[in-house]
Amino acid sequence: MDPLILSRMQFGANISFHILFPTITIALGWVLLFFKLRYNATGDSAWMRAYFTWVKVFALSFAMGVVTGVTMSFQFGTNWPGYMQKVGNIAGPLLAYEILTAFFLEAAFLGIMLFGFRRVSNRIHTLATVLVAGGTTVSAFWIIALNSWMQTPAGFEMRDGVAHAVDWWAIVFNPSMPYRLVHMLLASGLTVSFLIAGLSALRYLKGDRSESMWKALRTGVFTAAILIPIQIFAGDQHGLNTLEHQPQKIAAMEANWNTGPNVPLVLFALPDEAARENRFEIAIPDGASLVLRHSTDGVVPGLNDYVGNHPPVFPVFWGFRIMVGTGLLMLAVSWSAAFFLRRRHRLPKPLALLMVPMALSGWLATLAGWYTTEIGRQPWLVTGVLKTADAVGPVAGSHVALTLAIYLILYAFLLIAYLGVLVHLALKAAKDGDSSPLPGVMNAALSQPSAGE
Amino acid sequence: MTLDWPTLLPLIFAGLMGLAILIYVILDGFDLGIGILFAAAQDAEQDTMIAAIGPFWDANETWLVLAVGLLLVAFPLAHGVILTALYIPVFVLLVGLILRGVAFDFRAKVPTERKHRWNRIFFLGSLIASLAQGYMLGVYVLGLDVGLGGMAFGALVALCLAAAYAAMGAAWVIYKTEGELQKKAVRWLRTALVLTALGMAAVSLATPFASPRIFDKWFVLPSMLYLSPLPILSGLLFLWLWRQTFHLPKADDRHSLTPFLTLAAIFALGFAGLAWSFYPFVVPDRLTIWQAASAPESLAIILAGTVVVLPVIIFYSFYAYRVFGGKATDLTYD
Repeated sequence: MDPLILSRMQFGANISFHILFPTITIALGWVLLFFKLRYNATGDSAWMRAYFTWVKVFALSFAMGVVTGVTMSFQFGTNWPGYMQKVGNIAGPLLAYEILTAFFLEAAFLGIMLFGFRRVSNRIHTLATVLVAGGTTVSAFWIIALNSWMQTPAGFEMRDGVAHAVDWWAIVFNPSMPYRLVHMLLASGLTVSFLIAGLSALRYLKGDRSESMWKALRTGVFTAAILIPIQIFAGDQHGLNTLEHQPQKIAAMEANWNTGPNVPLVLFALPDEAARENRFEIAIPDGASLVLRHSTDGVVPGLNDYVGNHPPVFPVFWGFRIMVGTGLLMLAVSWSAAFFLRRRHRLPKPLALLMVPMALSGWLATLAGWYTTEIGRQPWLVTGVLKTADAVGPVAGSHVALTLAIYLILYAFLLIAYLGVLVHLALKAAKDGDSSPLPGVMNAALSQPSAGE
Repeated sequence: MTLDWPTLLPLIFAGLMGLAILIYVILDGFDLGIGILFAAAQDAEQDTMIAAIGPFWDANETWLVLAVGLLLVAFPLAHGVILTALYIPVFVLLVGLILRGVAFDFRAKVPTERKHRWNRIFFLGSLIASLAQGYMLGVYVLGLDVGLGGMAFGALVALCLAAAYAAMGAAWVIYKTEGELQKKAVRWLRTALVLTALGMAAVSLATPFASPRIFDKWFVLPSMLYLSPLPILSGLLFLWLWRQTFHLPKADDRHSLTPFLTLAAIFALGFAGLAWSFYPFVVPDRLTIWQAASAPESLAIILAGTVVVLPVIIFYSFYAYRVFGGKATDLTYD
């Protein structure tokens, strides 16, 4: 097979697997801080129990994020040497700042956060939690800045075929960066709130009515219910920003083949790129014009303006629909759960049963969204500057295929193990309820094995 | 050579990268070494050994990210050439690091009956990562030659680097533990030292004979005189440490950190020798640091951040080590 396709699949596989874990740690750090601050304010040990249950998930997710992230830093060189040769002057400093300002901070204080509860004062332990949570967010800031720059490059000039920085402010805060950053941080918040709500619902179904379960469940459900409308609004703004700067991506997302007014909103279709038309289309008349231009005769860009220079339509179209569909489902589930928790102080069983698989809905929406925006950037690696095909390295296809196969097996194995541990931790917490020993009280370290665990 | 920024910046970054690699090799060296020594340890001992590195390993591995990151951002051309040439060993290294890193956490969180499986994975991951690093070093020393001879030499260096890491791991265990385990670690250290010395001798001899250019850098007067302390001092440190292994552990746990510091010094000397051999090349005999470097303005903006942030990183790293100072059995709370 073609090394280009294989390298793309490999990069896609690696970064898809990687993004699952930062998506959790970015927001989970802040949720842990919330638990810790509530404990500091109320002295209620149930908050600390919630902290200790979820700090384990954090530690595991962090480790998964680190090791898969190391893989990414090598992949630039092993598979895509053309990327750094062309835009290394821009990408380099952004990546360097991510390492310097975020990675070390997180890694150094994670130890104190996990194992230091009794070794440092409560104040320092809280500070360590702040620094770790801050580190994950700073890391997201830099990497989103770089990714957005690849989508909507700004603040540079080309000299001898190589990009040179002219204005760092314009590079970091490029046109799509603020939208993408907000969208991603909210996605992380939603992923974590549904994960917490879902695993707490599992504890609920197992008959656990402990205070720490209620606290985690309420935190998850209410955070989700608050964040999802904000996310829908932010996503819409992000879409309008894409319309302005990357119209060909919008055309593919809407599977709109011809530029013009009164464009329908396609709900279902099988886009056929060979025939340049949609099959089995179900659409709302004038819908896309209304959503994107806020008027029924608004002109929506079509793929006919970008022949040979637009992304593959099928994956972008469907990635977008899976993301939006998942988002709407999240709205329905989180609002019903919030209603029952506030008014009835209980969860109906069917809703709790639905919330358990919805624990992973954030992952699904995040991946679908990233596929939409990243495949939507093709055929460019850096829009208008570097084509993906021109960045691939001279490695033999057989090497890439072999390593890709092993990565996929490894990732499948790790994913199963990871999900297994999450369920195991939830069931164990359900069994222990409020009687689980608090670390520091019963001589059990947070992330260390203890008898019977 | 004029001392303007376009000349100086690549030089500074080569120095920073070298520093990051050296710190990585020393710090993650003992993590990986402890993983390798897992094969020779009992269940309870394994828990203590993990406790000795649990709070640190993450930050230690970050030095590798910094080193590769600096190679990537400061010498993008070299990053591409080296990593595509070492495609398979890099992949093996990454698989090893992935397995090692996740095993840390999984072994502590899975149901008890599965802990053994993750202990084995921790050992395997550490071993694979160490071997891959050694193999890459060997192949790099020979100028990225991947012929049959290069592979054989790579395999030799792989074994010796794994042994060197095991020695580091043993030295760290001597520092962080007490009692039976500490005594056992002294024996581990003695065994591993032999292979470490052999490996350093092999690399030291192979490098000049693989490249006439490097030969000329070492074996001409007067450089030979200036450079002679490097091998002589390394040899003396090896001998001294070897003798020490017959006296450790001492009463009141005196000198328990000495083996680790001695090994770190030996690593630093060996590294200085390598640096001298390869300077000014970042890809042996192909690309100099100036040919491979990024644009000066990009390097300048990274340097500005580095100058501010690196001391802070070093400061809080020391703080973290201090928080978890003392014997590792203390890691369980109170």
